[in-house]
Amino acid sequence: MTNSWTDIKNADVVLIMGGNAAEAHPCGFKWVTEAKHHNKARLIVVDPRFTRSASVSDFYCPIRAGTDTAYLLGVINYLITNDKIHREYVANYTDVSMIVKEGFSFDEQEGVFSGFNANNRTYNRDTWDYEIGADGFVVRDTTLEHPRSVYQLLKKHAARYTPEMVERVCGAPKDKFLKVCEMISSTANGEKSMTIMYALGWTQHSYGSQTIRTAGMLQLLLGNIGVPGGGVNALRGHSNVQGLTDIGLLSQSTPGYLGQPRDSEPTLAAHMANRNFRPMMQNSVSFWQNYKKFYVSLLKSMYGASATAENDFGYEWLPKLDKVYDTLQMFELVHQGQVNGFVCQGFNPLLSVPNKGKLIAGLSKLKFLVSIDPLETDTVKFWENHGEANPVDPSKIQTEVFMLPATCFAEDEGSFTNSSRTINWRWKAANGPGEARNDIAIMAELFLRIRELYEKQGGKAADPILKVDWSYANPKLPTADELMREINGKALVDIPDPADATKTLYKAGQQLATFGHLRDDGTTTSGCWIYTGAYTERGNMTARRDNSDPSGRYVYGNWGFAWPANRRILYNRASADPSGKPWSERKSYITWNGKAWGGADVPDYPPPLAPDRNAGPYIMNAEGVARLFARKMMNEGPFPEHYEPFESPVANALHPKMSSNPAARVFGGDRAAFGTSKDFPYVATTYRLTEHFHWWTKTNKLNAITQPEFFVEISPELAKEKNISNGQWVKVSSNRGSVKGKAVITKRIPALKIDGKTVHTVGMPIHYGFIGETKKAIGVNSLTPYVGDANTQTPEYKAFLVNIEPLSGPAVS
Amino acid sequence: MNVQFSRRQVLKGTGAGVAGSAIGAFGFGGAEVALAQAAHAFKLSKATETRNTCPYCSVSCGMILYSRGDVKKGEKAEIFHIEGDVDNPVNRGTLCPKGAGALDFIHSKQRVTRPMHRKPGSDKFEPVTWDFAMERIAKLMKEDRDANFIEKTRDGVTVNRWPTMGFLAGCATSNEAGWLTWKAVRGLGIVAVDNQARI
Repeated sequence: MTNSWTDIKNADVVLIMGGNAAEAHPCGFKWVTEAKHHNKARLIVVDPRFTRSASVSDFYCPIRAGTDTAYLLGVINYLITNDKIHREYVANYTDVSMIVKEGFSFDEQEGVFSGFNANNRTYNRDTWDYEIGADGFVVRDTTLEHPRSVYQLLKKHAARYTPEMVERVCGAPKDKFLKVCEMISSTANGEKSMTIMYALGWTQHSYGSQTIRTAGMLQLLLGNIGVPGGGVNALRGHSNVQGLTDIGLLSQSTPGYLGQPRDSEPTLAAHMANRNFRPMMQNSVSFWQNYKKFYVSLLKSMYGASATAENDFGYEWLPKLDKVYDTLQMFELVHQGQVNGFVCQGFNPLLSVPNKGKLIAGLSKLKFLVSIDPLETDTVKFWENHGEANPVDPSKIQTEVFMLPATCFAEDEGSFTNSSRTINWRWKAANGPGEARNDIAIMAELFLRIRELYEKQGGKAADPILKVDWSYANPKLPTADELMREINGKALVDIPDPADATKTLYKAGQQLATFGHLRDDGTTTSGCWIYTGAYTERGNMTARRDNSDPSGRYVYGNWGFAWPANRRILYNRASADPSGKPWSERKSYITWNGKAWGGADVPDYPPPLAPDRNAGPYIMNAEGVARLFARKMMNEGPFPEHYEPFESPVANALHPKMSSNPAARVFGGDRAAFGTSKDFPYVATTYRLTEHFHWWTKTNKLNAITQPEFFVEISPELAKEKNISNGQWVKVSSNRGSVKGKAVITKRIPALKIDGKTVHTVGMPIHYGFIGETKKAIGVNSLTPYVGDANTQTPEYKAFLVNIEPLSGPAVS
Repeated sequence: MNVQFSRRQVLKGTGAGVAGSAIGAFGFGGAEVALAQAAHAFKLSKATETRNTCPYCSVSCGMILYSRGDVKKGEKAEIFHIEGDVDNPVNRGTLCPKGAGALDFIHSKQRVTRPMHRKPGSDKFEPVTWDFAMERIAKLMKEDRDANFIEKTRDGVTVNRWPTMGFLAGCATSNEAGWLTWKAVRGLGIVAVDNQARI
């Protein structure tokens, strides 16, 4: 989230699209209710289904699953052609005036940007950047009339997304679409703000990152980023998915979103050479210029005293990537038999990764599989026969499997980071059952045992293991408190105050107060720079429980600790105009008082930096402003474009020759497993129910009682066409497999007219498998295609093709 | 600042123990007083309260876990009730149908209570000791690492990676466990590391 759960109450318009907060995040959705009740906010829901969120909305607009980018580009086109943008914000805080390099283009017929090589479906991105002037800064045209200005290029790019085209592609009736545009455009003025709430309905597509970018661009054009009640707010999944991502447990990442080294970066100098954070505008802050301080401090936390300036602070010991090993890549390698061992620490990939058939075949090729989990999972029992729900022969599966009992949330202490980036400490209430151990104890023992084997027996490349700093009071059981202190970081030597050399800023061993004090000479540590400030000399800031709201703007700055720097709204300098005054009193948040920035929150700007320096409010960007033009940073192009899902009932109406995302990665065998609308005429989408959390709560009695079994939602029209009655068993099949369940016939899932053709949608909840208290089911991922987003590799669960047939009786008892 | 403070004092002050006099003060008498005095003490007033966070979605609702026994005092503690934390500024005491069922997760029949092992080709899990499991896993991992670890590419570039091992980290573990996991898996050279963020 750029903003926070409680900040939603400041919104005047709420757009829920690509999510269903009332169902999936009910206690966060209460802030929408608060905004409606206290702020007269209007809620818009755009969704293929008339969801629980839609049922309490002020306006609902249907959309075909997977066409959100086209819809949002249509809104952008409406704002530009009707002059409904926040002009002063856009002119000063975005890159509209910047000139793009000669040679950049988009081929409207072919559906590709300049630099495309059709033979290997790759892009040369050389033209995807700004023109740099003789002074070394970006060339601009503040009149916005230059044909290669970002403004003119965007205007032209979006012009194709007329209301008629939106209706043709998305199936959203023109009058409803225009009503949504009008409601959204009411916030383009600084007086009102709109928040956008999205979730997996936007991420789980082969172009999901571009949809979210389009939402960001929309909010920038409206001036809704950095302001109370604004922002682009990801409603994330697990309680600590934000934290685990922050902490770098992603293939390409380190803690704090620094880069895991690549083969092309064998030294720290080479790693830094690939990262040019030189300001692109005079005076811009370009905060990533501090990158090396964060990296060296991380290496000091990782390798302790073994990390020295002479040995590049141990950089060489870190594993280097030859490619990104995202989950889809991982299981492709597992399926190819190239992986021998696998650990699932609270993870159930058998049901959560697409194409269950591929998963079963792959897991069967592993030498050993380890599950560390409070619960039995379907994955740890993938080798067990459960009839139709898991039709395997154990005697043919040679994988050795370990199921290790872990404690659960109630039996362990430590912190979770919520979607608002707020880190909250939790306390332990009981011991785990039987011999259960906490994750820290299990990981510590596993690591120490392997390390001991290397110490005693030697072996290949022992140094990277032996040099890891593990100097905890009890190495076998580090405490959560100790680890949070390590994540925060400390001074390793006495550090003088840069403002007054006669004073000491830190004594050696003291906890650091802010990442602003990190250094690149090996004299500070920090496991995760964005968490620095979470555990200072004042104590564990994540355990703070003061729920006062001094500003009255629903900012709870003394509750827990929000990264970065305890900031609750990101980019909040943009809540004030260029001179530092609020855009409106209603939305006053961070302002310039003549000497410093201040207000309801921690300013996202150097506090003493005067407005007339024009440094730009987007201090992380080298431009100092926000990018409507993504330069080389997105794999499928600097502007978003509508691409169809890999399985779609229609060809791309804009460029049928390039229907789906040219930059998406598809593995050889998976392309053959895609189906066409000839055999699979219906759009399928998957979703969550309020009673269940993924594949986890099916082991809980209460949740299983309230939603006991898998079902299939279809419209009355489709039911009639296929002669299916309510409650009847149906078989749903894709080109990869099939599932069975009872039909629920409902108007909630409307048929749509797409390019003159009626398109039906089949909806299925995800939560069922063969382990737990719910009725056994085959698993909806038996249907889903093995293709991911071109940037994040998130699988395309939300839009694919199926067929549906009635069955006479129950298939799985 | 902070921390783990208990509402028990508040409960004691307003709870069943003083119900008689409180009701009397409100002008009730007779039968009501007798009924109030005969009623059982409020079950939660004797419970230990522990602040925690709902493990499911990223609203991360504040929760109060009620247990018989106080694990911090070394007592055996059994969690018997969960409710939303009214002090938490985000959920303000509410829980959704998922969170409201969290007690059944803690006491689920599918909880794993001891290390289990499935031999190749077997159709069942068999209980083993932690020592057996850890020794065996460490041995398997070391064997595989020694056999498949790549120190240098053919071009002589040091890459220190172990490409034949996969690790999926769960997003209901704490930041602290996550950080220790990062150190361990990257220390071993594992490159195939991911979490639920993109799934």
